[in-house]
Amino acid sequence: MPTAERHKMVSMEGVVKYFGRLKALNQVSLDVKDGEKVVIIGPSGSGKSTLLRSINRLEEIDDGRIFVDGINIYDPAVDINKIREEVGMVFQSFNVFPHKTVIQNLTLAQIVVRKRSKEEATERAMRLLRKVGITEKSSAYPNQLSGGQQQRVAIARSLAMDPKIMLFDEPTSALDPEMIGEVLDVMKTLAREGMTMVVVTHEMGFAREVADRIIFMDNGTILEEGIPEHFFTNPSQERTKLFLSQIL
Amino acid sequence: MAPVRRKRKKIEDPGRPPIVVGDGAAIPTKKDVGLFNAWRISFFGSLVVVVCLIVFKPDPYLRIFAFVPDGIWVTFKVTVGSILLALVIGLFTGLGRLSTRKIISGIASLYVEVIRGIPLLVQLFYIYFALGRIVQLPAMTSAIIAMAICYGAYMGEIFRAGIQSIPKGQMEAARSLGMTKSQAMAQVILPQAVKVILPPIGNEFVALLKDSSLVSILAVADLLRRGREFAAETFTYFETYTVVALVYLIITLFFSKLISRMEERISANR
Repeated sequence: MPTAERHKMVSMEGVVKYFGRLKALNQVSLDVKDGEKVVIIGPSGSGKSTLLRSINRLEEIDDGRIFVDGINIYDPAVDINKIREEVGMVFQSFNVFPHKTVIQNLTLAQIVVRKRSKEEATERAMRLLRKVGITEKSSAYPNQLSGGQQQRVAIARSLAMDPKIMLFDEPTSALDPEMIGEVLDVMKTLAREGMTMVVVTHEMGFAREVADRIIFMDNGTILEEGIPEHFFTNPSQERTKLFLSQIL
Repeated sequence: MAPVRRKRKKIEDPGRPPIVVGDGAAIPTKKDVGLFNAWRISFFGSLVVVVCLIVFKPDPYLRIFAFVPDGIWVTFKVTVGSILLALVIGLFTGLGRLSTRKIISGIASLYVEVIRGIPLLVQLFYIYFALGRIVQLPAMTSAIIAMAICYGAYMGEIFRAGIQSIPKGQMEAARSLGMTKSQAMAQVILPQAVKVILPPIGNEFVALLKDSSLVSILAVADLLRRGREFAAETFTYFETYTVVALVYLIITLFFSKLISRMEERISANR
């Protein structure tokens, strides 16, 4: 895929993050271009989630700079809420709002943040629910939904804000095996439509199929990156080989 | 009439569930069959006693019962007024305690610590007379403000615990959608926290109802004060305080039952 000419949606420069004395991110630099799908893999505790969460400032970084769509998000003058409107985030634990119905989950931020009318927000929400295949449950509460359905609602909720980039933090890790497919299908559709995506996952099949680039992290650094064909068949680092042999 | 204000003593022991000792009104649950019976016996028992006293010994009991209803109304007004004001104070205290700004959380914590460290009766005197130096307010208003300031600290802790009981991911999800902290608090966190907060607030309400008897020393003609006035005139101390105690018991038991019903409904809706 020709990605060289497209502008950078995310640009991280020398990002450092500490948790107490633990260095969670150690001089990480990474660019994600418009429309690119980047999959981040690595052992637990390697800093993948921290990296992802720092892109919309759910984690404050200790050094380095992060640009989203050309804006330095750690600039004190920047309104982080404006950035977050453009950055969709999907969590491992879904985090749907349990006190709101499915449709209200999708309309809330549209109305409160994007200042859309209720009708406009509802119409868009219904369209997105059709897309993720949950139309018949639009007035149900999240606790009446399966995990897979909840996660699809969460994805639709993010999409309702018309984000320029979607971040996925292990979106299928909390799901029963039979529900993983339905969530991955939604993500694949999204990828085909050209959404810029950064995905932290252990689903290697998904990575192989969707990723433009795979990033392998260990101990807070990016150890290796490459296109899926190379990465899976011929990794250069011993650590990567070991990890892949354990997981595949 | 010692204003003991320890709601719940938690004795933690690893491996065993914590023992919760409530000194507030015994709020019965459906599971607790013995307590449920105890509630019935005391509630209907007191009603029967009241009726018997009036029927068989109208003098002085009928006169006492004719004299105290004004006081019940005042007690009710003080209780409702204080609880509403305490809820507002509690909300801001709870939010303040959780604020990332050191100065705000510092002030809120200071307020809670100071209030919790002083007996309620002393606080009532202090706030009542401190208010009197600044503004001239009716006795009842001062008493309500004083009670609310005291109870606001406990309410604050309830709000704080309620807000903290909501998983962190909810706030993160809301913020990720571009909501400000206050939007997320108002739209996502507080509506969920209310369900957690409501039962302990019910407890506070009953506790406040009982503690409101303390305002009788502040020239507020509540139930206890009316009783004292009547007793002082007629020298029927024993009879009057019997009635006062019975009336408090009936009201308190009634509200504890109401609150436990409410709790059941909430937990059923979950």
